[in-house]
Amino acid sequence: MGRKTLASALLTAAMLTVAGCGGGGAATGETAAAPADPGDASGEITVLTHRTDLVQNGTMKRYAAEFNKTYPKVKVKFEGITDYEGEVKIRMNTENYGDVLMIPAAIAKNNYPKFFAPLGDSAELSKKYRFSDKTEVGGKVYGIASFGTANGFLYNKAVWKKAGITDWPTTPEQFLKDLQAVKSRTDAIPYYTNFKDGWPLSSPWTNSIGSVTCDAKAGDKLATSAAPWAKGSDLNTIDTLLYDIVHRKLSEQDPTTTNWESSKNLLAKGEVSSMLLGSWAVAQVQDAAKKAGADPDDIGFMPFPAQRDGRFCATLASDYQQAVNIHSEHKPAARAWIDWFTEKSGYAQQEGGVSALRTAALPKSLKPYTDNDVRLIERSEVKTAQVNAIDDAAEIGLAKHDYRQKLIDTARGAQQGSLDDFFADLDKRWNEAAKTAGS
Amino acid sequence: MTKTTNRATAHSAGTAVSPPGRTAIPSGPPASPPRSWRSHPLRRATPWLFLVVPLALLITFTYVPVGNMLYYSFTDWDGVSPTRNFTGVDNYKQLFTRPELFRVFFVSFYYLAASVVQIAIALYFATVLSFDLRFRNFFKGILFFPYLINGVAIGFVFLYFFQDGGTLDSVLSWFGADTGHAWLGDPESANTSLAGVSVWRFTGLNFVLFLGAIQSIPGELYEAAQLDGASRWQQFRHIIAPSIKPVLSLSVILAVSGSLAVFEIPYIMTGGATGTSTFVIQTVKLAFQFNKTGLASAAAVVLLLIILLITWIQRRLVPDERVDLV
Repeated sequence: MGRKTLASALLTAAMLTVAGCGGGGAATGETAAAPADPGDASGEITVLTHRTDLVQNGTMKRYAAEFNKTYPKVKVKFEGITDYEGEVKIRMNTENYGDVLMIPAAIAKNNYPKFFAPLGDSAELSKKYRFSDKTEVGGKVYGIASFGTANGFLYNKAVWKKAGITDWPTTPEQFLKDLQAVKSRTDAIPYYTNFKDGWPLSSPWTNSIGSVTCDAKAGDKLATSAAPWAKGSDLNTIDTLLYDIVHRKLSEQDPTTTNWESSKNLLAKGEVSSMLLGSWAVAQVQDAAKKAGADPDDIGFMPFPAQRDGRFCATLASDYQQAVNIHSEHKPAARAWIDWFTEKSGYAQQEGGVSALRTAALPKSLKPYTDNDVRLIERSEVKTAQVNAIDDAAEIGLAKHDYRQKLIDTARGAQQGSLDDFFADLDKRWNEAAKTAGS
Repeated sequence: MTKTTNRATAHSAGTAVSPPGRTAIPSGPPASPPRSWRSHPLRRATPWLFLVVPLALLITFTYVPVGNMLYYSFTDWDGVSPTRNFTGVDNYKQLFTRPELFRVFFVSFYYLAASVVQIAIALYFATVLSFDLRFRNFFKGILFFPYLINGVAIGFVFLYFFQDGGTLDSVLSWFGADTGHAWLGDPESANTSLAGVSVWRFTGLNFVLFLGAIQSIPGELYEAAQLDGASRWQQFRHIIAPSIKPVLSLSVILAVSGSLAVFEIPYIMTGGATGTSTFVIQTVKLAFQFNKTGLASAAAVVLLLIILLITWIQRRLVPDERVDLV
């Protein structure tokens, strides 16, 4: 009897398994277009967002109220998700993933047509929007960037002045010397890695690819590169700088217990002198400075210390892209929200990001760049799909923090090995993966 | 032979082969005996009816996911794509040709060593508190309390505890000890610290298991032992230790499988950096960072098999014999 029960239980389980694997209805590939007359758009749409802070403090509701002035018949609901990547990825196995969502990084580009409604032809949209090539599949665009960011070092001007530095460093070596000066002449920690939280090691550093060689296609070139960490490459320069900062003890003493929220205060109060982040962070740190009673104007923003033809470069990279769920029942309303949010909400300005709209002005946070003639180059995303495929296959994680955590551990001697071996290993894994994936 | 007749009787009560007693009613259609609840067909279904809810839950939330995982482990699914290809044992082949994936099991030795300490501490306190002591309920509460706290919360609490200039450093400085050691800074110290947190957390569980077993020992045994002049140690050695053997062996199994599958505490506190990655953390990263859900499922299946194997070996080495004290 007992054996029979077990068998039948297993059988039921197996049947349910098979049933669970089905599902996923057919979806049409019609373009999600905003209605010509705002009064025509109606229905309730759900917007999935990673900005739980803005949902909680009511900012999103205010945007929705503003939106309703133009589109009175659309009801916008927000769902803030803390673990956005992990949770949305799983939800996308069903049809229920909101009407508007940010495209999770885990979704392979060639799968976009299966999940999202096309938003228009790329020839047309690329004239109007920046970063549209990131979501272009087969001539159609599937996402519009919420905003873009340029990366650079946030630094405390007062501290740097006290250390006797007035000009931006132009080479990594110069930058290290400046940090050394900060260390010897002030009490501040020259650089804060944010090792524990991890993400400040991933996107800000990786998005600097292209800033070094001033090449918009530097990211694309990884798809065909046999050795991305070879001497002179973007990744080599970036990761060597991080290694040297830690190796010369110019970073915090115990990286394993860092805390992002408190790091903003440390920088604002001048206890930390610099951190590599996106331009969006300027507003947040200035806010922290105001709250801590420090001068917000002390928070400066400088490009990656590398010059090409006597000019600094900074890559503009897109943040999350907004897309319309292909299963949405209110596609026109969803599209209307995306258009309005991108163009009219002022969200990008508010966040210190570069608006996806080409005609929009650069945000205040980038004023140091425009004042100092820093070249802003829009990162090409033509080969992102291949690069990501190789990256996943190699289990390196360019956009993840694990390998840079290991780099830091190597630099401070917590793990054995030299920098050259570390790069050689990465190159080897990349090269092997490139043979199987991404072609 | 008798069997067949009996069955025939049951099937056709009141017909030609009916037992003599029933022939008293010769005419009319054969009357079936009044149906009592005992023979009602639903009666046999009753236990199943009671079991429907738990079984449904068990199947939905345990067997179906496990079945799914087994299925995924034979595919190259990336966790989100609507298409997946059947790749046979490819994932398992990959897993076993990459020894670096199993190197993380070395970290488990820290936790294994810690669980020895943990069981020893738990056993000590369970024995001491099973005797009549002042404030014993208070101490029981204190010891069990950490187990009730959510693992994620514990991770955060201890992150502050181990921080540079954090609780541990300031406590040490009261005693004039040298501070400034980065507790989570190098693999050895980090793993030891994390294993320490794990001891702090799970001692309570072992303690309660042991205490329950010890308290089920009849009191006369102690009295008799005392009359015979047995010391406390002798009482432990000859009364307590043998009677809690099944619970002890259960604790060992839990400790071994727990050490192999450590997750929450290192994941929250270090995210697997600085050589603290465990097999489960590595699996989670394969699935959710590198989108290799197929390979990660295979890794999970392998972990399951390893734990089953170790449990089986352990049961063979220490068979579960009946404990008879009297």
